[in-house]
Amino acid sequence: MKAASISMIIGSALLLGLFIFPLWSISLEAPQYPSGIGMYIHLDGLQGHEKHDIQNIDGLNHYIGMRKLPKQDEMWEFSVFPIVVGGMAILGILIGLLGFFKKVSYKWFLGWLILMTVLGVAGMFDFNAWMTDYGTNLDPKAIMKMTDADGNPLSYKPPLFGSKDILNFKAHSYPALGAILMGTGMFLTFIAYFIGLKKAK
Amino acid sequence: MKTIQKFLLGLSAGLLLVGCGNTSKDSSNSGAMSSSNAEKVYVPPGEHDEFYAFMSGGYSGNLTVYGLPSGRMLKEIPVFSQFPTNGYGYSEESKAMLNTSFGFIPWGDAHHPDISQTDGVLDGRWIFINENNTPRIARISLTTFETEEIIEIPNSAGNHASSFVTENTEYIVAGTRFAVPNPQKDMPIDEMKGEFKGPLSFISIDQEHGHMNLDFQLNMPGFNYDLAHPGRDKSHGWFFFTSYNTEEAHSMQEVNASQNDKDFIAAVNWKKLAEYVKNGGGTKVAGTYAHNVYDESTMTATTEMKEGVISVDPRNVEGAVYYMPVPKSPHGLDVDPSGQYIIGNGKLSTQLSVYSFDKMMKAIENKDYDGDAYGIPILKFDSVLEGVVDSGGLGPLHTEFDGKGFGYTTFFISSEVVKWKIGTWEVVDRLPSFYSVGHLTIPGGNSRKPFGKYMFSMNKITKDRYLPTGPELEHSAQLYDISGDKMDLLLDFPTHGEPHYAAAIPADLIKSKSKKYYDLEENNHKYAAKSEAATRVERNGNEVHVYATTVRSHFAPDNIEGIKVGDKVYFHITNLEQDFDVPHGFAVIGANTSEILIMPGQTKTITWEPEREGVWPFYCTDFCSALHQEMQGYVRVSGKNSSTKLRWSLDDEWKE
Repeated sequence: MKAASISMIIGSALLLGLFIFPLWSISLEAPQYPSGIGMYIHLDGLQGHEKHDIQNIDGLNHYIGMRKLPKQDEMWEFSVFPIVVGGMAILGILIGLLGFFKKVSYKWFLGWLILMTVLGVAGMFDFNAWMTDYGTNLDPKAIMKMTDADGNPLSYKPPLFGSKDILNFKAHSYPALGAILMGTGMFLTFIAYFIGLKKAK
Repeated sequence: MKTIQKFLLGLSAGLLLVGCGNTSKDSSNSGAMSSSNAEKVYVPPGEHDEFYAFMSGGYSGNLTVYGLPSGRMLKEIPVFSQFPTNGYGYSEESKAMLNTSFGFIPWGDAHHPDISQTDGVLDGRWIFINENNTPRIARISLTTFETEEIIEIPNSAGNHASSFVTENTEYIVAGTRFAVPNPQKDMPIDEMKGEFKGPLSFISIDQEHGHMNLDFQLNMPGFNYDLAHPGRDKSHGWFFFTSYNTEEAHSMQEVNASQNDKDFIAAVNWKKLAEYVKNGGGTKVAGTYAHNVYDESTMTATTEMKEGVISVDPRNVEGAVYYMPVPKSPHGLDVDPSGQYIIGNGKLSTQLSVYSFDKMMKAIENKDYDGDAYGIPILKFDSVLEGVVDSGGLGPLHTEFDGKGFGYTTFFISSEVVKWKIGTWEVVDRLPSFYSVGHLTIPGGNSRKPFGKYMFSMNKITKDRYLPTGPELEHSAQLYDISGDKMDLLLDFPTHGEPHYAAAIPADLIKSKSKKYYDLEENNHKYAAKSEAATRVERNGNEVHVYATTVRSHFAPDNIEGIKVGDKVYFHITNLEQDFDVPHGFAVIGANTSEILIMPGQTKTITWEPEREGVWPFYCTDFCSALHQEMQGYVRVSGKNSSTKLRWSLDDEWKE
């Protein structure tokens, strides 16, 4: 149970990496941007890959009528996500400690993981919904109004995961170090449950 | 008749032979050899050159930046001349750069660029360049590639022996090529002899910011001090100047200044002089000069008029100044990378005279003098001469070094570059120049550490090297590969203005420091509008200040009313962009100034004095974006006594 608890503690502590490292990275590629342009999505806001990338993405987006990228105080997610992630990390560490001193069983580890997964999936849904709104809810006075073959307005929603051509840009959307740490952490909590299960048998 | 036939036969056979000879020579030039030469200068699309070359513009007054080995021109940096292309010398911020004690001067004659050094090695902090006509020295940043400072040199004329840098950038010098009365006075020209002076100015450099300070002037006899180079390594602490017209002729100098068999190299111990001045030596004499400094933070240049300079009489400082005889009106003066050999290029002779620093020091110690000139000891020619490069060419001008034991000298009259060996002084190679070569440059070739891969010559005469463009032609440069035993001509490329000299540096030493744009947060310009919310128009009597911004693809404001005939309108334009290579331009119909090009984060101001009523357009001159054509606006100009209200708008949101 000691090994399982330590794994649980480390796994949930890795969530705290999200307070330092970004969750996601979206980058745009085009010939006239030889070193690329892009942004990191942190728990509490957006940050350009380079100092002025957010401003420059807004500058590009204004041609197609997209709204400006949200500041920290313009989305409730940026204040709620840190509380949720911080809370889950503390909860996980607490469960791990209680497990270490044999106050709770390994099943709690699984319980934590299920809750975290539900929250994570909900977060992804929310994120995707925001991107859909951001990429399709366009200014009717947009300078360029592009349509697809059927005459419907183009969506400029970046992909949730993977790469996609958007007009002259190729957009890439992938997890960043914070999300990788979180995934590793969640895997470790599963290992914690698994060890606990084996030991119990 | 038969004799004539035989003669003609012989003649035609001879011509045939000559023809064959030419053909075979041509084919060897355009065969396998030249295709490998093409590869040597080919820089594939998107790739960078290996070296930056900074060529003086001569009578363009500016500095041009080239890439080597491609020979591609990358930029023209305005220095001493107004440059309507970006507004330099026209904008309110930059006008002060061209102020002198003679007032605003729109033009200059830029000669010898030199890159700052540390321990005798190029360090890529700044590049300096001198102005010959109205004596000045400029400092250009190698981060922004813009002119940051210009200092005028008072009491001097023909600032030609300049702007060479000592090996830790302690000092740069400014010589006097046209001896003048010092102080200036109204006197008969033909009483010049003995009355005129040739002051040599020593400008100290502040190591942190590069700011120039006129430390002292050495009031030398009135010969024409032509070119100079500092000692390096073992001879660090000395500066050497060639002089001509030791005859002190005042007219028909092409003849009268060419009579003496020998003129002089002045050897100046600047360390000793600096110490002397630091300890209160020298006398303060009159001399008004402008010192113009551009502040990157306020983006504005200011002029400080300074008065007075410390003058040092060379005879008052024991052991600081000597003359060494040098044959026949020398031009260039160069010092080899070790600092041991000082090369005098006798422009009316066939020879280079090589002096040994060790011998010079010994001759000084032994007081091995051959009389004096105006009280300055003349060292005995035979005691200081180390050797002679007997080139067989005619008219040696300038020498650079490859760091591998060889010197390369240009010969103007015989139109060639000659390679010779340091120590044995023997000629090892020579190649013709097309045509009449002046200066030559090897990257770092006048420092302790040359980068001896390429050498380029700057030729004075172009003639038929390119497609003809009427009587007036650009000058021409030629690039040579000097990595092997023999020089190999790789490339011809046209240059802008008249490059007198160039400084070149490995690109890796500076390219990563090149600024991409100005950070708007660090813009402390007095008239900056850092957001559209801050844009406004203010009237102060008949002066109107427009605080405007640009961003792709509009001006804010873009409609202005209430301007009146007789107003002086200041357009202060701030470019809000914060990305690499997104300038905006500004021009307004009928402006008798110029356009301005505003880099991202920068504020620039241009004035407009409307003379006619109407609605007049302004627009962005730099194709900035897909909506560039729409980046325009209107100014309504009303009559002098009209009551049109001062108001401005963007997208019909009027403010007043």
